[in-house]
Amino acid sequence: MAASVSAGRPARAARAPVAAHRRHRLDRTLSPYLYIAPFFLVFAGFGLFPMLYTGYVSMTNWRVDVPGSQGQWVGLENYRKLLDDPFFLNALKNTVGIGVLSTVPQLLLALVLAHLLNYRMRGRTLFRLGVLLPNVTSVAAVTLIFVQLFGRDYGLINWTLGLFGVEHIDWQAGTLSSWTAISAIVTWRWTGYNALIFLAAMQAVPFELYEAAAIDGASRWRQFRSITVPMLRPTILFSVIVSTIGALQLFGEPMLFGQQQDPTTGGSQHQFQTLALYSYNQFWGRFKYGYGAAVSWAMFLLIVVIVGANLIAARRMKGLDA
Amino acid sequence: MSRNRQLSAGRGVYAFLGAAVLVSVFPLYWTLVAASRNNTDIHSVPPILLPGANLLHNIGQAFSQTDMGLALLNSLIVSSLVTASVVLTSTFGGFAFAKLPFRGSRPLLATVVATMMVPTQLGIIPLYIMMANWFHWADHLQALIVPAAANAFGLFFMRQYLVTSLPDELLDAGRIDGCTTRGLVRHIVLPTARPAMSVLGMLTFMATWNDFYWPKVVMTQQNPTIQLTLSELASGYIKDYSLVLTGALVASLPVIAVFLLMGRQIIDGIMQGATKG
Repeated sequence: MAASVSAGRPARAARAPVAAHRRHRLDRTLSPYLYIAPFFLVFAGFGLFPMLYTGYVSMTNWRVDVPGSQGQWVGLENYRKLLDDPFFLNALKNTVGIGVLSTVPQLLLALVLAHLLNYRMRGRTLFRLGVLLPNVTSVAAVTLIFVQLFGRDYGLINWTLGLFGVEHIDWQAGTLSSWTAISAIVTWRWTGYNALIFLAAMQAVPFELYEAAAIDGASRWRQFRSITVPMLRPTILFSVIVSTIGALQLFGEPMLFGQQQDPTTGGSQHQFQTLALYSYNQFWGRFKYGYGAAVSWAMFLLIVVIVGANLIAARRMKGLDA
Repeated sequence: MSRNRQLSAGRGVYAFLGAAVLVSVFPLYWTLVAASRNNTDIHSVPPILLPGANLLHNIGQAFSQTDMGLALLNSLIVSSLVTASVVLTSTFGGFAFAKLPFRGSRPLLATVVATMMVPTQLGIIPLYIMMANWFHWADHLQALIVPAAANAFGLFFMRQYLVTSLPDELLDAGRIDGCTTRGLVRHIVLPTARPAMSVLGMLTFMATWNDFYWPKVVMTQQNPTIQLTLSELASGYIKDYSLVLTGALVASLPVIAVFLLMGRQIIDGIMQGATKG
């Protein structure tokens, strides 16, 4: 195919060999950079620069409603204020709490699902499509659907619980109940996706390992614990990190789950206001650009710390096994 | 692979997976039920679980109460342009990282991977200031398109695919025949990359269509995307849930249609990405 298209080239090149040679060298050295340039340009302009600029703004006292406050340098003052700010600490607590409640059951359930999907069965593709379906619907649509399902008086979930004698729960009102509901939304949307990631890794485990274990008399559960889980460790670590980063940035679910006039408060007592919601609230609700930026950077530092802790813990666990 | 040596599924496995699929599908089925009935039906006890005849009426209501037509058009324009741009830039860049030798390629690739860790929300305040005060793009579609024109995930995804799927011999043969790099891309890389390009395209389209945070920041209800219109439908003090869920249905139908048509390739794409990454 390539040969037929470029058949005319050598003849033309022979007429001006030096020029052609130079052009060829230029093409070889320059074109790789041209091909990767779009990503780096977009990232520099709309990723890296805004991120650094957020860092700068977070050290100023910029408030849109106070003229002349732009560029008013306050150093680390905003970060010091964060530590005394009950609303920030509350948002931090909510973010971590909802994060744990959504990530841990989600990944455990995904592991079980992947294990079952790995059996030889009929309708394989149908099962996989079924569990992945929640992931393609939008955060906004999914949350609004669940707000209805979690409705206090007429929601299907309370009705179902009622069959078992449970009193109607006002899911938005309590701390634990609202965390549970929001975590359920996240879990519903992401379990199938993670199950497919785990399934892919499971299929790469050599079958001989299981055969050998079976000969040694290891039970199915023992095989799952001693072969599947260790072999999947890199994939599990990857999923833990990706889910953690997602959980710490949770925004759409708590915003649309709230029934208040101001959706950024995260419930009447701020019981499910996450860090992302709080940052948004400070920025667009209170016009405190500097303080809102500090909340964003604190969130990023938290992600770095937690991801770092994950990586260190993973290395420790590896060391213990060896 | 040793698929025929895998353990065969028993009744318990089918039952558990069947339950998982039911839980996954039911909320969407319920959306259809609610969207085809009225507010009173949804609130009846015991609940009505079969679709009614009110769907077209509700859709008409949703379109007349909000700018849903404009929102759908906006979302279609933004998602299509972002998808085209991401697929092309990712294929070119992925090819360069996979097959072209150049100085600094390793650290640059590591940089690409590292940028995937940076949360998008970190830059949102300055990004808004840039769009609103410097470019005057706030509430214009280009504010959604330009920052999304290329991304690290797509670049890395295409690189991973091309490393294994594009034989070096084919490229060498092309070079010997006198192909320039552009010629190689046109005649060898693009045809080889097509399956991965379509998977990346579908994933990008769905992600862009579903995006909520950045449109919420930079657009207004005067020029909304479909997700914003949906949140607007739900923000009234007294909610008509059949209308809200009609909005959710309309907003989800395009991606669900894509998913049902190309679901198998999407699954393969996700699973391949997992093992190669």
